[in-house]
Amino acid sequence: MTEAQTTTTAPGTTEHADARPGLNKQSILWVDDISVSFEGFKALTNLTLVLDPGELRCVIGPNGAGKTTMMDVITGKTRPDSGHVFMFGQTVELTERTESEIAVLGIGRKFQRPTVFENLTVFENLELALKAHKGVFKSLVWKLQGEQKSRIESALETIGLTERRDSKSGLLAHGQKQWLEIGMLLVQDPKVLLVDEPVAGMTHREMDKTAELLRSLAGEHTVVVVEHDMDFVRDISGGGQVTVLHQGRVLSEGTMDEVQNDPKVIEVYLGKPEGAEAE
Amino acid sequence: MKTLTSLHTPKQWLGLLAASAIILLIPLLPLPDHWMPLLGKFLCFALVAVAMDLVWGYTGVLSLGHAVFFSLGGYAMGMYLMRSIGKEGVYRSELPDFMVFLDWKELPWYWHGFDSFPFAMAMVVIVPGVLAFIFGFFAFRSRIKGVYFSIITQALTYAFMLLMFRNDTGFGGNNGLTDFKRLLGYPLADPSVKKALYLISAVALLFGYFACRVVIMSKLGRVLLAIRDAEGRVMFSGYNPLPYKLFAWTMSAVLCGIAGALYVPQVGIINPSELAPANSIEIAIWVAVGGRSTLVGGVIGAFIVNGMKSYLTAAYPDLWLFALGAVFILVTLFMPEGVVGLIRKAFGAKDKDDIVVADESAEAIAEEITTAPETLNEKNLPSRA
Repeated sequence: MTEAQTTTTAPGTTEHADARPGLNKQSILWVDDISVSFEGFKALTNLTLVLDPGELRCVIGPNGAGKTTMMDVITGKTRPDSGHVFMFGQTVELTERTESEIAVLGIGRKFQRPTVFENLTVFENLELALKAHKGVFKSLVWKLQGEQKSRIESALETIGLTERRDSKSGLLAHGQKQWLEIGMLLVQDPKVLLVDEPVAGMTHREMDKTAELLRSLAGEHTVVVVEHDMDFVRDISGGGQVTVLHQGRVLSEGTMDEVQNDPKVIEVYLGKPEGAEAE
Repeated sequence: MKTLTSLHTPKQWLGLLAASAIILLIPLLPLPDHWMPLLGKFLCFALVAVAMDLVWGYTGVLSLGHAVFFSLGGYAMGMYLMRSIGKEGVYRSELPDFMVFLDWKELPWYWHGFDSFPFAMAMVVIVPGVLAFIFGFFAFRSRIKGVYFSIITQALTYAFMLLMFRNDTGFGGNNGLTDFKRLLGYPLADPSVKKALYLISAVALLFGYFACRVVIMSKLGRVLLAIRDAEGRVMFSGYNPLPYKLFAWTMSAVLCGIAGALYVPQVGIINPSELAPANSIEIAIWVAVGGRSTLVGGVIGAFIVNGMKSYLTAAYPDLWLFALGAVFILVTLFMPEGVVGLIRKAFGAKDKDDIVVADESAEAIAEEITTAPETLNEKNLPSRA
């Protein structure tokens, strides 16, 4: 399953037909051989990641492993030095597109810190995120349709904020803001949900609820969860794939049990007394 | 009916109607003659403040160059007024006096068409609008934000000021355009014409207010607010912020152009001192004093600050800049939400437009303080009449 870190393709090639024999053509997202460096610092080196539709993938790794940079590349915030990101098998290339274009194509992103529009109500937040025409003049004459309204209602139900629908979102508790942001991704109806450290700063009860929420989203959506908290990852990954990043590379990939028993992972996480800790 | 209630609550409508009635009935009062153009001038400033609030208060784009759009509208009107002087100028020439003085033999190409009132009025909105569109397009596309954007707008107004100061630019240089006689055949010195101009300014202010209100109460307005508070989130929600910012920015500039065009016949002159960087900063102060993100606050702030200015510059001319600085500091420290915020607090009303993040606005104002002193000290510039 693990993609070998081959670097056979010249950067700049967009036609990748059969460049990777054995690669699942049905993949929803294919991060292909991405390298990013910031003023000499290599944030990502030949990173490759393949996601199947409906999969729930956890990405773990110590600080500075490149998790957030990977998300930045996928969502168009950072341009990679080399490599490609494909959606829908090999049909759509993302690295040349803007953030908003990528969002419209179907990649939703949840930030590490909850980012909601604090001066808008919970309902208005969801209304803005709703999948709809997002041009400026359409927005001027925009009226919410009945069917769209019921989608927002059902999202409110899912994230458990029905009663707070008319509150300013700035007044919500931390955990509620996180859920609202997930709700905003839901109504955006993305194919792929990138979720960055969703449980940071949450209580245990909030964590359980978030795990449940994310699990319920997988299947219909592809969910990528970047997380520090190993217990949480064990909790939501089930038997699914876990990818371990380290120093901008894929260190290991497999089920949670497999990666936890991988000597390379143990070395990075627990450290060997004599080596490799000079980070 | 539903569209009316979507703009304002019944209570707010009542307040607005009362305020509009007062403004529109003032010309009936037996006020001294010079009051009409003075109040009319304030109405124009109030329109500028409303336009400023649309970009600053609601979109989070602090412009310190809005005087450019105001002045361009003013110059377009001034050019029409110059052309309608006809041969009644000092030199009895077809050409405007300053051109005769410069020994120009014929009208420069860009003055053609300004004999026509409709053409001039079109230019009042087109010139500021096009400039704002082009400037905004490049600035927003390059994702220039915050204090950097503010500084560039300062540079823009300063550059235009230097350009207009030059005699060979063809807009009257240092003296600008003045000695206007009539507008559409009506003599500007006539008290009833002054009243009419006042009323037109009042209508323009109401128009500008409602145009902005319609925008901010629509989904477009909520996207603008969202851009102000979390632009990244807006992009990842599938919106391209560029056309949104550009819309608010260009609309704001057009409203300023209209205000400038109404200002010029009432004060009787337009010259490059209108473009001084300090003037644009003052516009931001009006909005800060009245209350950001309220629209009405801009109107209130423009009247308070300009009322003070008119009084102080006559009674204690040396004190004005100190007073302005003091007001600004006091507002920043004690009234981060301006006069409107104070009124809301007094009445305990938790309005829908409330700003949750109050400290953010204080921060934006503090940013201004750091840029203000330098530009306010430009003693070598002629002061506004």
